[in-house]
Amino acid sequence: MSATTLEDLSTSTQLEELESVTIRFAGDSGDGMQVTGGQFTSTSAIIGNDISTLPDFPAEIRAPAGSLPGVSGYQLNFSSRDIRTPGDEPQVLVAMNPAALKVNIKDLEPGGILVVNTDEFTDNNLKKAGYAANPLEDGSLSGFRVFKVAITSLTLKALEGASLPFKLQERCKNFYALGLMYWLYDRPMEPTLKWIEDKFSNKPEVAEANRLVLKAGFNYADTTEIFTTHYRVGKAKIKPGKYRNITGNEATAIGFIAAAQLTGRPLFYGSYPITPASDVLHELSKHKNFGVKTFQAEDEIAAIGAAIGASFAGHIGLTGTSGPGVALKSEAIGLAVMTELPLVILDVQRGGPSTGLPTKTEQADLLQAMFGRNSECPVGIVAPATPGECFQMAIEAVRLATKYMAPVFFLSDGYLANGSEPWEIPALESLPEMKVTFRTETEGFLPYLRDEKTLARPWAIPGTPGLEHRIGGIEKQHLTGNVNYEPENHHFMVKLRAEKIQRMAQDIPELEVFGPAEGKVLVLGWGSTYGSITTAVEQLQEQGHSVASAHLRYLNPFPKNLGEVLKRYEKVIIPELNLGQLCMLIRAQFLVDAVSFGQVKGKPFKVSELVKKIKEYL
Amino acid sequence: MSTNGTNGAVKLTRKDFQTDQEVRWCPGCGDYSILAQVQKVMPELGLSKENIVFISGIGCSSRFPYYMNTYGFHTIHGRAPAIATGVKTANPDLQVWVVTGDGDALSIGGNHFIHALRRNVDLKIVLFNNRIYGLTKGQYSPTSEQGKINKSAPMGTIDYPINPLSLAFAAEATFVGRSMDVDPKHLATMVERLAHHKGSGILEVYQNCNIFNDGAFKGFNERDVKDDRMLYLEHGKPLLFGKNKTQGIRLRGASPEIVTIGENGVTVDDVFVHDENAAEPSLSYILGRMQYPEFPVPMGVFRSVTRPTYEEMLAGQIASAVAKKGPGDLAKLLHSGETWEIS
Repeated sequence: MSATTLEDLSTSTQLEELESVTIRFAGDSGDGMQVTGGQFTSTSAIIGNDISTLPDFPAEIRAPAGSLPGVSGYQLNFSSRDIRTPGDEPQVLVAMNPAALKVNIKDLEPGGILVVNTDEFTDNNLKKAGYAANPLEDGSLSGFRVFKVAITSLTLKALEGASLPFKLQERCKNFYALGLMYWLYDRPMEPTLKWIEDKFSNKPEVAEANRLVLKAGFNYADTTEIFTTHYRVGKAKIKPGKYRNITGNEATAIGFIAAAQLTGRPLFYGSYPITPASDVLHELSKHKNFGVKTFQAEDEIAAIGAAIGASFAGHIGLTGTSGPGVALKSEAIGLAVMTELPLVILDVQRGGPSTGLPTKTEQADLLQAMFGRNSECPVGIVAPATPGECFQMAIEAVRLATKYMAPVFFLSDGYLANGSEPWEIPALESLPEMKVTFRTETEGFLPYLRDEKTLARPWAIPGTPGLEHRIGGIEKQHLTGNVNYEPENHHFMVKLRAEKIQRMAQDIPELEVFGPAEGKVLVLGWGSTYGSITTAVEQLQEQGHSVASAHLRYLNPFPKNLGEVLKRYEKVIIPELNLGQLCMLIRAQFLVDAVSFGQVKGKPFKVSELVKKIKEYL
Repeated sequence: MSTNGTNGAVKLTRKDFQTDQEVRWCPGCGDYSILAQVQKVMPELGLSKENIVFISGIGCSSRFPYYMNTYGFHTIHGRAPAIATGVKTANPDLQVWVVTGDGDALSIGGNHFIHALRRNVDLKIVLFNNRIYGLTKGQYSPTSEQGKINKSAPMGTIDYPINPLSLAFAAEATFVGRSMDVDPKHLATMVERLAHHKGSGILEVYQNCNIFNDGAFKGFNERDVKDDRMLYLEHGKPLLFGKNKTQGIRLRGASPEIVTIGENGVTVDDVFVHDENAAEPSLSYILGRMQYPEFPVPMGVFRSVTRPTYEEMLAGQIASAVAKKGPGDLAKLLHSGETWEIS
């Protein structure tokens, strides 16, 4: 933390200017840490910081209060410069109870700021967190700047005389912590005050309590001189434009709505609740005025089945899930491949195998998307690199699926889904032209007649006079689409379906390189690792190393120039949150001696981990 | 929806619904009879071919769409109701049929069968029940009677069978009917009733597999015994059967019993009167469970009630969302929430 000291005239405390700060809020899963982090994020974005966030919550909705498994955290990095990651180690930790301290203290950087809610450090809570002695008293925290605040009792004091039941009063304490942090980092309270007003418009007494507590926290920090210094993080130089804060799942949902609008057809979303994809279902179900049809199916198979049916009938068929759901949908994906219907499969990846780590991130479904079906069953695959980019890649997935009449995977992950960043709202004119047309001409119609350029078959929907035809999962005769078991036809059709997917390459942008066009090391990534990889490579470039990075948004087919890009570097390193799945594909397809750097801890890469690994090859 | 047979349009015939594909069921299969009756009924419905879709799963019966000159989709095992739900929801103007079998609908596809019925999606489900797996050459199915000797149970099946109609009632189907391949006239009537029903409808058709389970139903549906061993349901009429309609079904509490009119003081007034429109399906459920040899096997419409369909209610929600918020405005959506300008 490099800092310039300024004199703040209004109080006796110092105001320091910082470039970047990483804060982590941690508490019980019922303590409202996600709301607190989310509010700090919105406010920081509104005042012009660049931000990147990492919510981290348990799979259990309410694990026993005060227990280690019940700890929920929200980390955010806000900065006056361009940032791409939520930060490696937090410099500030807000711990609402002993369990939150225990789980998170190992990540706090040496000398970092630790704010603890002393009220929760009772014998009982210490025991639940596995502390033999009170860490606030045994000197174990001496390496940090510890600020002890009785947050719960101060919250209750602020609400003295309020009509709210005790339980609800106590639940306001996260806004007290937020108030403290707003003062410490010189943030305005207005955006949150407005949010409280909107959020609790039906519960004015709750709104009033939260307002009082937020202000009480802020004023406490301002007047008690508990903090001798407070900090300012200036505006980032962000590209001019209109912005909003957006999570990956929000961007995904509105991206698919936009995509459907661009095609001129209604969106049909078939889904079964599953973490971390359910928010897409929630979001889409709110937008029925766009003609969006959401179908909460009885299971994963029905969800994709209905989406395939809707696609057959001329809707934009979309199904969304996470890895275990993809496993269940595999056979139906094969049906969509065989019947050559447009379909998008959204996979918000999470830790696996099996139930795995439902709320944690991972990128280990790439090969499942690529190959996880019986027989030769090719599909397109796209993957956004940032939360905001989910919007654009949703449009890309629909564009390719409808243009090539084929299923396309959209690989998001838990980190993109719940992470957020300021997103420059695109102009409608900048979105691609992708209106779909159905076949209506009866003359010369054959269900499997192909477009010469794309090899797509015609989309002829039920209700169209004269085009009555039958499709199905049995092998098709070339052109007629009739059931056909002949050896030569099958061989031909298998190759043709593969060729069709490969032809998507003519419709996707070439791979761009960040850094020197040739040199020692190329770091190749895909999906949510973009921020960490780019930051690590940038640091190494600033140190004068010959290193570049490139990030794949299209994984099947690959961009046309990928092979050529790979050859320009002595070494290719592929960091992934799996054990080397992209690396396996790259080695197999391009015969380059690429090195895998795989890690599966349910968390994004730290920049420092990547820097260390890449340096081994420089 | 465009129709035919009115406004001077050409009236379609059975032939219009036949395709150029060679029908590949075994000679003598009961499926031929069902295909013939469906093709016969189709022109009577007044629909254009393009507005009809046949959707099937996997099994012998599921080849059905290839032989119907409408839109068709031969899907994957057990999933036809799910795919049909998507088709019907996307375009409620289509008449959507699901053709399935006892293995397809009740075993691998049991879940979709239940939930399509529960949602009251307007699907016309025809369940060909031959009590055997035919396409995979003779294993027992979920409707096979216990003790049946077959390929996968050489010592006899130990599974208890499921009754498709019991399941349909439990899943709140709004139309439940039963017919059989060997009674084309009755079958045609039932297909027509199903076609005209709005909501989730299921027609179970007893269908003989002459290769792997020949004679599965002949104990009660052969010409010389059927009058005494089957009972044709008629709405509002007492449940009478037998050559001279001298036998009837009386309810004793929740249990049915066979009575003879004129014996022991029994009159026709004692006989249970069938009400297919009853709001509660309990009495129809009792009828659906009557089996030979304890009882005559009922044929006909067990239940026919109406309630709003899934696709109607979804369209209603979309319409009210549009009325409330106006048609979707993409620019407004992108700019929703807290926004700020960087200059």
